[in-house]
This record gives sequence, C-alpha cells and structure tokens, in this order.
Amino acid sequence: MSEIIIETRALTKRFGGLNAVKDVDARIERGKITAIIGPNGAGKTTFFNLVSGTFPLTSGELRFEGEKVDGKRPDEMARLGIARTFQTTSLFDGATVMDNLIVGHRLRTRSGLFDAIFQTARLREDERICRDKAEEALDFVGLRHIANRLAADVTQEERKRIAFALALATDPKVLLLDEPAGGVNPEETAGLADLIRKMAASGLTICLIEHKMDMVMGLADHIIVLDHGVKIADGSPGEIRSNPLVIEAYLGAGHDAAA
Amino acid sequence: MKLDSRLEYGLYAALLAIAVAFPFLASNEYQVYVMALAFIWAIAAMGLNIIVGYTGQLNLAHAGFMAIGAYTVGLLTVDYGVPFWIAFLLAGPLAALLGFLGGLLSLRLKTHFFSIFTLCVGYIIYLLIEKWDTLTHGTVGVIGIPAPSPIGPFTFDNTRSVYFLVLAFLVLAIFVKRRIVRSLVGRSFVAIRNSDELAEALGINLMRTKVLAFTLSTFYAGLAGGLFAGFVRFLGPDLAREYHTFDMVAFVLVGGIGTLMGPVLGAIALTWITQSLQFLETYRMIVFGPLLILLVMFWPNGIIGTYTRWQARRRESGGAASAAKRKSKELHDEARANV
Repeated sequence: MSEIIIETRALTKRFGGLNAVKDVDARIERGKITAIIGPNGAGKTTFFNLVSGTFPLTSGELRFEGEKVDGKRPDEMARLGIARTFQTTSLFDGATVMDNLIVGHRLRTRSGLFDAIFQTARLREDERICRDKAEEALDFVGLRHIANRLAADVTQEERKRIAFALALATDPKVLLLDEPAGGVNPEETAGLADLIRKMAASGLTICLIEHKMDMVMGLADHIIVLDHGVKIADGSPGEIRSNPLVIEAYLGAGHDAAA
Repeated sequence: MKLDSRLEYGLYAALLAIAVAFPFLASNEYQVYVMALAFIWAIAAMGLNIIVGYTGQLNLAHAGFMAIGAYTVGLLTVDYGVPFWIAFLLAGPLAALLGFLGGLLSLRLKTHFFSIFTLCVGYIIYLLIEKWDTLTHGTVGVIGIPAPSPIGPFTFDNTRSVYFLVLAFLVLAIFVKRRIVRSLVGRSFVAIRNSDELAEALGINLMRTKVLAFTLSTFYAGLAGGLFAGFVRFLGPDLAREYHTFDMVAFVLVGGIGTLMGPVLGAIALTWITQSLQFLETYRMIVFGPLLILLVMFWPNGIIGTYTRWQARRRESGGAASAAKRKSKELHDEARANV
C-alpha cells in the first residue's frame, strides 16, 4: 500500500463569488510524479497556492504527512518540506548563479544579525552548509559549469533548472513545479523531463502543472484533472486519456456529435 | 577569488588613505566641512540602501528617522544637560525602536502603497517636530548643541577633528554593513527584493526579515542624525522633510542601488557636483535634473553596480576562455600522440 504525503478533502477557495477551487479531494503519493492538468482557468495554480500556503483555504482540509496544515504560511510550509517553483523565476540578475542559490538553504539555518555582525563560528558554519547545499543542487540539475555566470546571462532552460536547484536546496520532501517546461523548446523539454524523473528517483515527491500533454503523459504516474475549479478525473495516464469527461473539457461539448 | 578580495582590500585602503589625507590637501576649511557633511549623509544613505537597495522596499520616511536621531542628541544635550556621548549613544537605538514600530505598521503594505504610507509617516514626523514646540522648540529649532566632548586625548572643537570623528563612524558603518549584507541575513534581504513570493516559498519569514531590515536602516539614520547634531550644532524641523529622503534616494541610485559602497560614492559625488554648480544658483537644477536622468537611463545600476557586473562578466568569460584553451591543448596533445 503506497503512502499518501499530501491529502486534500473538499478543498475550496472562493474569490468573491468565484469558486477558483471547489471541493477538490486529492491524494498525492510519496515518491511518485503527480500531474495536475486542465484547461486555462481550471484552478491549477490556485490549487498549488493552497497547498503551499500562499492562500488560506475558504473551506476544506489540507494534510501533509497526516498532520493538518491549513492556515500555515508559505515559509512554514517550506520548512515542513514543501518546496515550489513558479511559472517565472525571478533571480537577482546582478549576481552569479551560485550567489543566487546560497539563500536556498537559509531556512535550515539559525544564525541571525548578531552572528553576522560578529562573524561567529555558527555563521561561518551555516554559510559553509548553505554553499555546499547550493553546489550539490547545482550538480544535481547539471549546471555546475555556469556557477559563476551572471544570472542575467543564463538561457530560459538554464533558468528553469536554476529554479529546480533553488527548490532542491531547501531540502524538500515534496516539489510543486508550476509549468516546469513552459517556454522551452521540445528538445529542452525532454531534458527537463529526465531531470524531473531523476528527482523522483532520488525519493522526492513531485507534483507538477503542465500544458505539454506529451510530457505529462510520458512522465506522470498519476494525473488529476481540474476544470472550472472542480476535479473531473483522477487516474493513471491511460485512464485519463480515455476518460470522456476529460476529452469534453479539453475539446468542448459536442465534439463527439461533430465527429 | 583571492586576487579579487586582495584588490578589494587594496581599493578600500586607497579610499581610506585619500579620506585621511583630504583635510591636509583641502585648500580651505569649508571643503573639509562639506566633505564631513557628505560622510554623514553617506551613513544615512547606507541605511536607506539596506531597506531600499537590498530589501527592495522604497521607504520614504528615512529623513524623518534621521531627524529623530538628531533631535535625540539636540534636545537631550541642550534641554536636559545630558552629556553628548550618552545622548549620542541613544540616537541610533531610539530611531531604531521607533523604526521597529513604524516598520511593523507600514510593512503590512507592499510596493508603492508602502512608499506612499512611509512618505506620510515621514511627513507626520516632520509635523510633530514642527508643531510640538514645547518639546522640540518648533520652527525656532535647537540652537547651541555642544560639540562632541573629548575622548581621552582627542578633542572635537574644530572642523578637522570632527571630520575625523565622522570618518571613523563612516568606516565602522561600512565595516558592519559589509558583514551584514554578505551574510545569510543579507542574502535573505536580497531574496525578498527579487521576489517576495519566491523568498517566502524558500522559507523566509517575510515580515520578520523586512522589519529587521527596516529597523537596521533606521538605526543607521539615527546614528547619522546624531552625528549631524554634533557637527552642525543647529537643528530645524526641515531635516525631517521628504526632500532630504529624495536626496538620499539619489545618492543610492547614482552610486549603485544594493551595493556596499554605492551610497557612499553617490553621497560624495552628488554633494560635490551640487557644490560646483552653486554658481548657477536656482538654475542648477536645470543641469542637475537631466544629468540624473541620463545616469539612470544609461547606468541604471549606478557606478558600483555597473562596475561589478562588468567585472563578473569578464571573470566568467575569462574562465570560459582558459577552459577552451586547455581543451584545445588537450586535443592538440592527443593529435600528436596519435601521430
């Protein structure tokens, strides 16, 4: 029996009169790759924002490793082990890739202002740990060779990998990836898919939002389909592919009649 | 990396040597006075840079907190007979305490809402100083602030000696700020400036970190204010006015936003440019304004920011070039071995 790491029950987020996410029951298995798909405006990113603590829930329940975690802030969720990437990654363009990554492990360190001003042993130790973590993460995503490049000078695909590395540096248990292959070419997409597989193989749980169906179908162990904020299907790629509700959501009602 | 830090320390040493030699090279006392004043503004601008440059929150109440530090020294020494140095030691902490409270309140807002709110906070500080005349002497100002009392063999009864006192505090302020901004604490500030959404997802507590940056910046403002009171020895409510904050924003922009030495160079450069345009009187803004616009257009990262980017690119391409050279040498050797 596989273990559930994130579980939502009747997860709901209302903005004014709009149900961005409504009564979603989702179960994300540890160590697996789960994809959230759905047409534009289906509530995918809102779902991520709820799971990562960015938005408070309107109602429903959110559990991480069996504990109720709703009402926690994003930084608290990150400390629990939920890391995320965004559709666009804002890096400090005036600094090197390495310098951008060091802060990734900050959440696991405790040195403060006093340590900084007096350069205590604790600060030096923390900085060493953060630097090691950043290097390790950079190695993992295959970007060691651009460690000293200015963040302004990296390609879109490298930027995506840096975003993964930043998330990895937090020592997460779960990675929420929002359109990890958005804006990169097919060849690079395949490379990123390999990297995502490698992350899952190393024991991480992956949950991703993606529009590129080829990538999702080849990558995901499990797919959750949202439409207008409601979960309309849930299953293996094979099951999703043949689900009439999913076909209707993507291609519109009356498609069968027309065909 | 090693060569870089040696170069960096060399630069610091050269700058310090120039600063120490300046009073002896200056042709008159007025120049020394102007330079010391520029150093005081540099300390305040460095504080502003912590919240604006490193943390990305455009705080427009900065001059208000500088005035709080200055009035702490002015009022305690003149009205309550407190010795200068005790009053001076309270200037930074009091400004920081009020900064902490002001930060807790104002940092609930983001982006330009925060800026507008702090603009109002600054104006309220100005109004309080101007109207609460039983405490602050109102528009009359605080007159007759004593010069810093002697420390051991050092007396501060002339411009040159106070210049060195101010320089000592400037060096200390740079030293401490360097340690802060290069530490994990400083990296957390920069993470928030880049994207508070991403910083929070990386486990950084936004409110706590921003309030820390705000408190630190107001400490610097208070310290600069205390020095200002001991140096100029006269205070008026105008010190808290927003145009002083905008001056400091200009220092930060010209020198390099989010850089260690940027605000210092900016404060010194702009002070002397303003001085040298003095003969144009009110028309100097006609020269000054376009100059500033050109600089922001073509050097948006300021003097230091432009330099460090250029340096980082050169180092990276240098590294890549030498790697390519090694590679071609390997190929060459291999080819020879095959023959």
